Amino acid sequence: MTIPFPTLNSPPIDQVGVVQRAKRFCTRSIKNESKMQGLKMVLNMIDLTTLEGMDTPGKVRQLCTKAKQVHAAVAGLPTVAAVCVYPNLVAIAKQELLGTSIKVASVATAFPSGNSSLDIKLAEVAYAIDSGADEIDMVISRGRFHTGDYRYVFDEIAAVKEACGKARLKVILETGELGTFDKVRLASDLAMEAGADFIKTSTGKIKPAATLPVTLVMIEAIRDYHRRTGRQVGMKPAGGISKSKLALHYLVMVKETLGNDWLNNQWFRFGASSLVNDVLMQIVKQKTGCYQAPQYFSAD
Amino acid sequence: MAKNKKSAPTLMVPSRIPVLKTYKMFVGGEFPRTESGRFYTPRVKGRSLGNFCLGSRKDVRQAVAAARSAQAHWANRTSYNRAQILYRIAELLEARRLQFIQDLNHQGSSERQAQAEVDMSIERLVYYAGWCDKYQQVFGSVNPVASEHFNVSILEPMGVVFHIAPDNQPLLGVISIMAPIIASGNTTICLASESKPISAVNLAEVLATADVPPGVVNILTGSLDELAVPAADHFDINAIAWNRSNGRRNKTTLQMIEEKATSNLKRVRRYERPWTRLESQNPYLIADFCEVKTTWHPIETISESGSGY
Amino acid sequence: MNQSPENQWPLSPALESQDHLQLEKSYGLFIDGEFVSSTGSKKYASINPATEQRLSRITESTPQDVDVAVRAARKGYDRHWSRMKPSERGKYLFRIARLIQERSRELAVLETLDGGKPIRESRDVDLPLAAAHFFYYAGWADKLDYAFPNRRPRPLGVAAQVIPWNFPLLMAAWKIAPALATGNTVVLKPAETTSLTALRLGEILQQAELPPGVVNIITGHGNVGKALVEHPGVDKVAFTGSTEVGKTIQASLAGTRKRSTLELGGKAANIIFADASIDQAVEGVINGIYFNQGQVCCAGSRLFVEESVAQQVIEKIKDRVQSLIIGNPLDKNTDLGAINSRQQLNTIQEYIDVGLAEGAIRYQPEAPLPDEGFWCRPTLFTQVSQASRIAREEIFGPVLAIQTFRTVAEVIQKANNTPYGLSAGVWTNKGSKIFNLSSQLRAGVVWANSYNQFDPTSPFGGYQESGFGREGGLHGLQAYLDIH
Repeated sequence: MTIPFPTLNSPPIDQVGVVQRAKRFCTRSIKNESKMQGLKMVLNMIDLTTLEGMDTPGKVRQLCTKAKQVHAAVAGLPTVAAVCVYPNLVAIAKQELLGTSIKVASVATAFPSGNSSLDIKLAEVAYAIDSGADEIDMVISRGRFHTGDYRYVFDEIAAVKEACGKARLKVILETGELGTFDKVRLASDLAMEAGADFIKTSTGKIKPAATLPVTLVMIEAIRDYHRRTGRQVGMKPAGGISKSKLALHYLVMVKETLGNDWLNNQWFRFGASSLVNDVLMQIVKQKTGCYQAPQYFSAD
Repeated sequence: MAKNKKSAPTLMVPSRIPVLKTYKMFVGGEFPRTESGRFYTPRVKGRSLGNFCLGSRKDVRQAVAAARSAQAHWANRTSYNRAQILYRIAELLEARRLQFIQDLNHQGSSERQAQAEVDMSIERLVYYAGWCDKYQQVFGSVNPVASEHFNVSILEPMGVVFHIAPDNQPLLGVISIMAPIIASGNTTICLASESKPISAVNLAEVLATADVPPGVVNILTGSLDELAVPAADHFDINAIAWNRSNGRRNKTTLQMIEEKATSNLKRVRRYERPWTRLESQNPYLIADFCEVKTTWHPIETISESGSGY
Repeated sequence: MNQSPENQWPLSPALESQDHLQLEKSYGLFIDGEFVSSTGSKKYASINPATEQRLSRITESTPQDVDVAVRAARKGYDRHWSRMKPSERGKYLFRIARLIQERSRELAVLETLDGGKPIRESRDVDLPLAAAHFFYYAGWADKLDYAFPNRRPRPLGVAAQVIPWNFPLLMAAWKIAPALATGNTVVLKPAETTSLTALRLGEILQQAELPPGVVNIITGHGNVGKALVEHPGVDKVAFTGSTEVGKTIQASLAGTRKRSTLELGGKAANIIFADASIDQAVEGVINGIYFNQGQVCCAGSRLFVEESVAQQVIEKIKDRVQSLIIGNPLDKNTDLGAINSRQQLNTIQEYIDVGLAEGAIRYQPEAPLPDEGFWCRPTLFTQVSQASRIAREEIFGPVLAIQTFRTVAEVIQKANNTPYGLSAGVWTNKGSKIFNLSSQLRAGVVWANSYNQFDPTSPFGGYQESGFGREGGLHGLQAYLDIH
């Protein structure tokens, strides 16, 4: 590969300290104006996702409609950031979202396990991009990572990045399979050094998926990398975030750790689907003062 | 020869001129005279006990310096090692049992009292030798804090302890406090009984040959009222053991010590008790010269189920 | 690319409600189970340090009031508390713990109004810990024989307790709970600027139907505390406050039979090694020095950073300081509230000036401060030397003095180079280094890879001029018992 393997100086991570710090963000009270503004930001940062074996063009079309018009009853709502699908459904999504600013993201590289050859992974990336994907969500080879073959993991990410061309690359660490925060930090540093535009917690297929502590470790890595190199890298927690209150705490954490520059959907995304309607219910509640019920909001 | 308590030693061997002992102090493992060159002659029932150093404030300073420089090293010895050294003191005291009985005899104790006091002193050393590697298990604790932390409290020696020894039981009184003080790793300066200093001074010879590192125990002689002042004022002394009756004569001295001790918040411990009772030996005396140190450390909470991560 | 609605995202005010809090216009003394008037007539204003507005008027006790209170405590001891079965004593303490929990929001709001500390801290730290302290010691009341093997512990009698303004209710709990559990009765004097929660505690004691005289609360300035500890009817003195006052109190006890414990000042070293978890260490530094605006005796006011990571750590601390929210203590998002009094603010400002004059480099965030009230920005100084006054003297404010080091031996020497010895912090990923440091540091509490953690089961107290005796845990019982 063209990029030389870097010297990694990942600091050790104290798990209890991270969990305590993450809890502290949850004590922030987000009210009134800031709540409304925060909810709209959340909505605008969502990668509306469907990654099922039974996904069909019909399901994807429904999802795209929802992405464009999240809730017709309220005017002036932002759209979501992107729709995230499997490679074979990229073309459908692209077609549905034509003329909008909503991106199409495709998972690739033998998602979710990543257990295939590099050639096949690169071919899959090329297929997704040819089908119109604006963004590629790849998974790292966790098996190789656990054996300590960091060079392989690094080279693979670099190769996929090259294959992405203009498409932005999100690198999924699958933190639920890494097992310690030390490894999460190391994998984050590795991915950024190899060219990741975004680092992402999870596939959504493994528990635990995104948590505040794990995301904190990753954004601290982003901050340190940015300070060192000047290059901004985005963050995408995915899976497990279905309530707007929790989403707002993620935003507080981003604001207080990375700063305002990351508070937009170019640099921060939520990988989620059910989160959308919870945010909508909160927005309507903020506007009307009445608590809402799910049947008043379109499911897809 | 100690049997005849009516006769002074000089009268017992008329055929030769006895060699009299020069009593010196014990500082940093050596036996210096007082830097002041002064002496005093305590008397028991009108009879001289000999000439003793009338220590000065500079002697206090030297002794504190010796005790301080020995302290970290002494505390860093293993408990097992300190235990063996305390036991070694007992062994050597046992070997010189008759001498110490005679000393007490000279200082006015009856034969029976003297014998009992020496025997009990030996037992006491053995008692505290056994505590050196156990008191921590009795007084330390693991505290069940309501957060993700391991929390443990242990006892640590205070540092340098100035010990004001009693007049009654001039040997047992010294040992009953000296032993628990040094058992945990403190070093000490003992101000011997002003009126009955022989036992303490001769104890120094035992200590010097019992593998007690230089400076761990220092023994001064002189005037309580004079030496208590520089000791109570000294900023490098961590604690004072007042091991005397709090009678009328001593009351003002004690109050002076307690007032001056606040200059650097020395801990002052008072013991106004007979040391002959078995209950008067206990590990709480070791704890009296220790600080409780509590250390916290996080405990990672990642569990089998992956929670906490 | 879509742009988010706005780039900035300020948090709207989120004020804790104070509707349910009723304050009297003026307060008397809590003696013999009743709120009573002083034998004198002097009162002074207790103000909210965040607004400088008067909250209520507090009684300045007379020497006669002190005498009445001590006599009430003696009567409470003789008639009730010393005669009661230990298990029954414990039940009262359990009751008090429960009532504090029930009224914790009200008490937290009052603590914040009266003392200036952020509601987040009074709600999440002071109140839960105060209740937990009573709960912990409640259980000891009938188990004291197990705490001191081979002894028969006996109570001392009447305890005079003088407490500071930085954790008013929590310090009251730290003092009262072990005293009562061990069978003593109490006369408590809260600090003059923060008496309101202690007086409210008096109401709680009434609600708990604690027998009269068992706890008495008198208010006023330092001279009241002095009269209390010097009262001949007192058997035990427990003081938390400055080293200067502690020494005076201790000197006044010389030659008496009174027992004492002192919890005094500190100048704690917080040590970061290059192999530490840096971001968690930085958070520990922030928590260590800016918790309660740094008005904490165990505040980590001296930071030692290994030189190879010093620049990185200092940058991170500055970033983190920049994200701290300073302002209305009743706002749930406030990180730093008001300084407790104008006097304390002046002291802090003087030290900041001293630091500048000594050539240290100051950093403060640019956050705007409210017009009224007593405020100080979180402050840090770099290029501080060991000889600097800001590195030697207790400031009791949000001022961090940063020094660097190269070797383990050097940092141990520097950390111990202080007459204080209350607490210390060590940050390293290496276990053997932690054990070494925690045994070498001359301090009563060592927080390894953590800082400012408190728990009723954990003994707290200092070496050297940080005082003597322990509060909390099994070891905290001994201060109130005769075990010889």
